[in-house]
Amino acid sequence: MAAAYDLYQEQILDHYKHPRNKGPLPGASLHGRDSNPLCGDEVILHLKIDGSERIADVRFEGQGCAISQASASMLTTMLKGVTLPDADALDRDAIIKQLGIPLSAVRLKCALLSLHVLKLAIGKKTDNRA
Amino acid sequence: MAKPAKVLLNVPAIKADFPILQRKIRDKRLVYLDSAATSQKPRQVIDATSDFYSRYNANVHRAIYELGEEATREYEGAREKIAEFIQAKSPNEIVFTKSTTESLNIVAYGYGLKGKIQNGDEIVGTVMEHHSNHVPWHFVKDHKGAVLKYVDVDDDGILRMEQYDELLTKRTKIVTVALCSNVLGTINPVKEIAKRAHEVGAVCVVDAAQAAPHMPIDVQSLDADFLAFSGHKMLGPTGIGILYGKPEALEATEPLLGGGEMIREVHLGRASWNDVPYRFEGGTPNIAGAIGLGVAVDYLTKLGMEAIRAHEMEVTQYALDKIRRIKGVTTYGPTDVRKKAGVLAFTIENAHPHDVASILDVEGICIRSGHHCAQPLMERYDLPATARASFYVYNDLEDVDALTAGIRKVQEVFA
Repeated sequence: MAAAYDLYQEQILDHYKHPRNKGPLPGASLHGRDSNPLCGDEVILHLKIDGSERIADVRFEGQGCAISQASASMLTTMLKGVTLPDADALDRDAIIKQLGIPLSAVRLKCALLSLHVLKLAIGKKTDNRA
Repeated sequence: MAKPAKVLLNVPAIKADFPILQRKIRDKRLVYLDSAATSQKPRQVIDATSDFYSRYNANVHRAIYELGEEATREYEGAREKIAEFIQAKSPNEIVFTKSTTESLNIVAYGYGLKGKIQNGDEIVGTVMEHHSNHVPWHFVKDHKGAVLKYVDVDDDGILRMEQYDELLTKRTKIVTVALCSNVLGTINPVKEIAKRAHEVGAVCVVDAAQAAPHMPIDVQSLDADFLAFSGHKMLGPTGIGILYGKPEALEATEPLLGGGEMIREVHLGRASWNDVPYRFEGGTPNIAGAIGLGVAVDYLTKLGMEAIRAHEMEVTQYALDKIRRIKGVTTYGPTDVRKKAGVLAFTIENAHPHDVASILDVEGICIRSGHHCAQPLMERYDLPATARASFYVYNDLEDVDALTAGIRKVQEVFA
């Protein structure tokens, strides 16, 4: 599909078509949910925290465009075993780097929705503006 | 390449009038299929607004000097053209606003909230309205205790008229309906809707934002009490809209904006109002916008609204035939182009509408994706979003071919 389709590189499509860690998470103690009013993208994140403030398990649910859902799937793979302070330290640059695709301002909102939901889940608000 | 078709409009000549259509997007020809969101502008309209600022910029209705006279003459001349365009009886029935949204808010506020509506009075809308014909009526409900009722659509996107009859009561004061849906493309039987509204003593408010650019409008035949539309969807500038009202309907409407222009006399603590339509035009208006819209109306009239409608029916029919044939693609709204304007909402299996729009963008094709400011309608069809292509005078069958090829590319990516 050549360079013109930078946005839909193999790894993005792979995470979109075969999402990792998707579904409900019984026993999860932290939850976050938000939607992107422009697109109707929705991401729900469930975090199970162990005794040492570490993310023992993570799942996401949601619906929406390939960018928002692949981003959520990728984020879950970055969170397992991570301490809450480390998860809290994740910033937009980390997500953008992980996605590895050029993003317009509008699509940045799709890409960063899951990070925003993570911060909601751990009780911190972020600026979700692109 | 498209098959040759009978020529209703000279599309290559029309395209040449639109500077933006000469632009390339990533080395590809720009295929603009989002006119339901906003139309492109011909050179004539761009020049008219630029000419106002370069040659005779002055405020209207005030200045004694020559420039002011010219500006006022052109501004009022635009009002006359627009009155004629929709068969209004007088230019005094035409109010310049900034948008369809403002026009509908004037009616909801001035006729509804501050005017006729009492606690328990009923307002009938439809599930296919744009948010701008939903939310202003919510205000009337919240502040005056009005009861809001909605006519549903069937699965083909046609209003259920038998249900409409059941919703009408002697408490119905306002019926409000889109002449044409911005998602389904459905052309509603507004003449019949207005007739039945009048039989119970209600007024009929018509959102013509998607209709006025695309088909002949005759407010006498429709017998609408109010009718709203926007300039920017009909080749005109942004920031200019129209509210048409029957004289008695406008007289019964309180102004939304207080300020200059809309007054007769102001004293400390009280004021009396100017005549209709100036009563509704508080503040310096969008003079260049009004003049530009007047020129847009000239442009459309020269092409002929009947010819424009016939052309769009042909393009829409061709698009329906080609797109509905692609496996995995679903279209929404009527499939009979006699009941449908040039608006085509669709979804592609396994591809989110935003991804569809992104991939088409790579191909130089502009379509809309999302809920189209019609969330209640999306809920009715249980859809989070759709893609939407919409057609206008500068689109031809080749543009539809580009869209179909783009849809196949989307399917390759998400196969």
